[in-house]
Amino acid sequence: MKLLMAVTGALFVFFVLMHMYGNLKIFGGQSAFDTYAHHLRTFGEPILPYEGFLWAFRVVLILSVVGHAYSAFYLWNKANGARKGRYAVRLAGAAAWRSTTMRWGGVALIAFLVFHLIQFTTHKVNFNSGVSDATIGESPYQLVVASFQLWWVVLVYLIALAAVGLHLQHGVWSAAQTLGCTTSVAARVRAKALAMFVAVVVVVGFALPPLFILFGIVE
Amino acid sequence: MTDDLIDGLYREGAPIRDTKAPSGPIEQRWSKRQFEAKLVNPANRRKLSVIVVGTGLAGGAAAATLGEQGYQVSAFCYQDSPRRAHSIAAQGGMNAAKNYKGDGDSVYRLFYDTVKGGDYRARESNVYRLAEVSSNIIDQCVAQGVPFAREYGGLLDNRSFGGVQVSRTFYARGQTGQQLLIGAYQALQRQVAEGTVTMYSRHEMLELIVVDGRARGIIVRDMVSGEVETHLADAVVLATGGYGNVFFLSTNAMGCNVTATWRAHRKGAYFGNPCFTQIHPTCIPVAGEHQSKLTLMSESLRNDGRIWVPKKAEDRNKDPRQIPEEDRDYYLERIYPAFGNLVPRDIASRAAKYQCDAGKGVGPGGLGVYLDFSEVIGRVGRDTVSARYGNLFDMYKQITGEDPYEVPMRIYPAVHYTMGGLWVDYDLQSSIPGLFVAGEANFSDHGANRLGASALMQGLSDGYFVLPNTIRDYLASGPYPAVDESAPEVVEAKKSVTSRIEQFLNSKGTRTVDSYHRELGHIMWEYCGMSRNREGLLTAVDRIRTLRKEYWSNVKVLGENEQINQSLERAGRVADFLELGELMCIDALHRRESCGGHFREESQTEDGEAERRDEEFAYAAAWEWGGEDSSPVLHKEDLVYEFIELKQRSYK
Amino acid sequence: MKITVKVWRQTGPEAPGKLVSYQLDDVSPDMSFLEMLDVLNENLATSGEEPIAFDSDCREGICGMCGLMINGSAHGPLRTTTCQLHMRSFSDGETITIEPWRAEPFKVLRDLIVDRGAFDRIISAGGFVSVNTGSAPEAHSTLVPKVNADRAFDTAACIGCGACVAACPNAAAMLFLGAKVTHLGELPQGQPERDSRVVKMLNQHDHEGFGGCTNVGACADACPKEIPLDVISQLNQDLRRAMVKGY
Ligand SMILES: Cc1cc2nc3c(=O)[nH]c(=O)nc-3n(C[C@H](O)[C@H](O)[C@H](O)COP(=O)(O)OP(=O)(O)OC[C@H]3O[C@@H](n4cnc5c(N)ncnc54)[C@H](O)[C@@H]3O)c2cc1C
Ligand code: HEM
Ligand code: HEM
Ligand code: SF4
Ligand code: F3S
Ligand code: FES
Repeated sequence: MKLLMAVTGALFVFFVLMHMYGNLKIFGGQSAFDTYAHHLRTFGEPILPYEGFLWAFRVVLILSVVGHAYSAFYLWNKANGARKGRYAVRLAGAAAWRSTTMRWGGVALIAFLVFHLIQFTTHKVNFNSGVSDATIGESPYQLVVASFQLWWVVLVYLIALAAVGLHLQHGVWSAAQTLGCTTSVAARVRAKALAMFVAVVVVVGFALPPLFILFGIVE
Repeated sequence: MTDDLIDGLYREGAPIRDTKAPSGPIEQRWSKRQFEAKLVNPANRRKLSVIVVGTGLAGGAAAATLGEQGYQVSAFCYQDSPRRAHSIAAQGGMNAAKNYKGDGDSVYRLFYDTVKGGDYRARESNVYRLAEVSSNIIDQCVAQGVPFAREYGGLLDNRSFGGVQVSRTFYARGQTGQQLLIGAYQALQRQVAEGTVTMYSRHEMLELIVVDGRARGIIVRDMVSGEVETHLADAVVLATGGYGNVFFLSTNAMGCNVTATWRAHRKGAYFGNPCFTQIHPTCIPVAGEHQSKLTLMSESLRNDGRIWVPKKAEDRNKDPRQIPEEDRDYYLERIYPAFGNLVPRDIASRAAKYQCDAGKGVGPGGLGVYLDFSEVIGRVGRDTVSARYGNLFDMYKQITGEDPYEVPMRIYPAVHYTMGGLWVDYDLQSSIPGLFVAGEANFSDHGANRLGASALMQGLSDGYFVLPNTIRDYLASGPYPAVDESAPEVVEAKKSVTSRIEQFLNSKGTRTVDSYHRELGHIMWEYCGMSRNREGLLTAVDRIRTLRKEYWSNVKVLGENEQINQSLERAGRVADFLELGELMCIDALHRRESCGGHFREESQTEDGEAERRDEEFAYAAAWEWGGEDSSPVLHKEDLVYEFIELKQRSYK
Repeated sequence: MKITVKVWRQTGPEAPGKLVSYQLDDVSPDMSFLEMLDVLNENLATSGEEPIAFDSDCREGICGMCGLMINGSAHGPLRTTTCQLHMRSFSDGETITIEPWRAEPFKVLRDLIVDRGAFDRIISAGGFVSVNTGSAPEAHSTLVPKVNADRAFDTAACIGCGACVAACPNAAAMLFLGAKVTHLGELPQGQPERDSRVVKMLNQHDHEGFGGCTNVGACADACPKEIPLDVISQLNQDLRRAMVKGY
């Protein structure tokens, strides 16, 4: 169960890093970003059909989300089963707080993902009435830029990013622990540092585009 | 047996002898006994059952080994897990004659040191056997995964301990007892899984069942449900540890008790040398009336610390740092210039008591002396001292709130180990056939004084190697006729337990169990502690009798039997301590010599040192229960020294 | 010092329990925490109320028998056992809440006493080296490098107190397991059974109803013997290896 969680979690990390790299292309301007989005869909053609790679990737991701969430809830439930009698005084210490953030942080991430997918992948919802749908057209770049001109969309993303950061900061280290790579004090310190590094990189990397757009640096 | 009451307190019965020890060259005695002991066919072992009470080093090792051999074993302990037996608290280490250091150690030397250290009051054949199997213990424990200290090359490390001149002490940092016990416990749990051992935790033995003169079972109380249960078997082993808690304050665990052995004593097992107690000089002093137990500080502290008290009694409450050098009395260095602060445990303890009796004791209550590290800190630096004793200093600070790097430590002697216990022969069989006794619970191989690091050795030697070999001689004649739960002896034993419980719960008295225990402890410490004299011991007997009478009419035990009831548990233990205490005083009174931990003020040399009287007292005292309203009967077992010459100790 | 304690009282395993407040007016800062409870118990007994049941034996921090949840921390505010905690760690007038360890496999037997028998069963499942008495080779025939010996020792220091379970939000006993698996796994004597040991012990752990570990780390923070968190990683590594080998 734990292994499933760790492997799926690690896959997410991989995806998130890829995704961030892609997003940063927004600084490369419209064409770079659009090419990337397009490239995603044509990757592997003609061996794979249009969007073939993307779909394969999506399937893996979807399975991962399901597996990840399943094991998360399984463990959560098991933990509740393992302590039916509650403490009158809440568990003290920073460590206990971490488990709460992991669980609720994970749930928050799911909620965000739904919102995010609706917005960017499926419906291409445009919340910004100031920019006509026509302009957005088939350019994801325009969609992204239009969306992030709204402060509240940015806020939602920043909150989500905070959740991602916390989740990763513990999660990356945790995956190393679960995979049995941290069997000495030194290895543990290294894994912690790596986790912090990944978390910071991801948060900063994702946060840059929305902020830059909001403040009008990228238009 | 004469009918005359001696001192109005006891009678003397027929002498007793150890009939099991083979004669001949001492090196061959153990092999000879093992060879002569009858064998039990493996197929028959399943049909033979053994009860083992106690899961410390002795009991845990015995139960595991008997289980491995295929007997049907039931094991009992009062804690929630066998892993918590008091053996776990031993810090220093365990001796074994491996001679890994090539410094001239040998089985014979370990044998010699132990007999001498015991002040010539132990049996030669037993001690030799102990030394002989000591090295097997190390092999066994290492194979189990006990993490002994090692050198960089991967070999086992040794240190020298307790003033011995060879390095033969194996250790696992300051947790030797714990590591050895976990080894035995894991072996035991393995047998539990195999189904050869059934473990009963939180079960306290309250009575022994004797049928047709043989030990055939025990009555226990399930400490959770309160149920009083009967367990029957072909043989019973008691490995229930020491009774130092008769003093209330000791370094023993809260639950250590004499109940198992005392109940067996009342059923006919002789009690050997009850007055032999060891008092350890370096413990943290009592801080107040609320104190529940005393904590031992490793003896190694005396290697570098200097012990002193103020010369003037009126300085005793001053900040020690304000007392100038010329007003300090380094009394050990003054009286024993050759050994100084390193004199043996009993001498150091007694000297501290004399200083405090003279009104120079320091700290709250005036019961403490300084153990000062300022000189060594000045000489080798704080870091070196911290490397040597850091964890001990931390522990001291944790408990007292004082920092020994800044202020001298305060120490005071405390009861630590009981050399006395049920009398056993070479086979570890008591005077009741079928009742075997191992570890600290028997009157042991330590004579009148135990050397450091030898109790762990004895417990494991008894448990792993001696008992499983000797008990088979007894079991080979079994299975013994089945005993029915309705046999009169069983019913009687069970009834005596239930009626005792009822008596406690119904005696709507006014004083708590602990208050009686504390008072008994005060009496014992005052009159039967570090130094003893006739008058004091007579007073003690008198006061204990009065206290015991009051106890039965005025003790207050709340609650019911059918639940966890810790006051009820303690009530039973204290009742037995109140009887044991009297016997200890009588034993101390009858032994008009000083030997080992037993110091009779009437028997000292001109300069105040202990004086043994071998012509009169070279025997082990085996006491028989005389009955509820009758006096105990003394049986003497003469100790014959064929190999070692008796000498008077001197440390000046 | 004046202290108010709120103590969990429960007469038996099936009985309902509740927190009850008691007042202590004369607490000395030099008392150990358990001595404070002893004094309270003497007071209760004298006034005819049943004393509070709690476990302790060695009172030296080594037997693992004691263990209370003090203000939401296992063994209280210091990293030590409950018996080695002293009242000077609290302030005058403070209210202290004392609860038993809580975990489904640790049934409350009475007041502050729980049943930790599950730990024994986990050890029975595989926490040993199978070597019968008398069959051991000469101790010096196997060398153990000091680093391994030291790590084995560090992890063998576990006293089985259960604080790790008590502190873990998932009520997992992974630190306890990891300590034993690492202790025996570091030594040559523990190798033959290394793979089967970890699998059997984990199965027993799950069977007892402990929660799964999500690497929260509260266990290691609470452990009085400072068993490090990397033993859990070691356990996972050993488990992965054992699974690859088909155990
Ligand atoms: C603080 C301290 C430090 C020590 N340090 C050293 C040292 O460094 N080296 C050394 O060699 N020795 C040392 N000793 C002495 C040594 O630890 C003990 O003598 C030895 O461990 C006793 O082992 P045992 O198996 O006989 O009894 P214990 O370990 O005391 O076991 C007694 C068992 O009997 C059970 N029991 C008792 N009464 C009953 C009953 N009525 N019903 C059911 N079960 C019962 C208990 O549950 C327990 O399982 C030390 C002792 C102390 C107190
Ligand atoms: C469905 C929503 C999610 C839930 C409920 C959830 C919950 C959890 C929980 C409870 C853990 C266990 C913590 C631990 O093992 O210490 C965890 C681990 C992890 N999560 Fe999530 N999470 C979710 C989504 C995500 C997402 C979207 C990512 C990627 C950004 C992610 C990455 C990780 C990683 C890398 C781990 C570490 C794996 C491990 O511990 O072995 N999770 N998650
Ligand atoms: C600045 C922040 C982000 C931006 C600008 C952004 C942008 C986008 C865009 C434009 C798409 C659509 C890609 C396409 O279909 O062509 C997308 C898809 C997606 N994003 Fe994000 N994203 C951001 C943050 C995140 C975060 C933090 C996560 C998860 C932790 C995430 C998870 C996903 C997923 C799962 C998809 C679907 C991929 C697929 O179509 O298979 N995104 N994102
Ligand atoms: S790992 Fe630590 S907290 Fe857990 S049982 Fe062992 S000593 Fe106690
Ligand atoms: S606190 Fe619990 S979740 Fe794991 S790391 Fe420790 S067992
Ligand atoms: S009572 Fe033994 S560890 Fe606390």
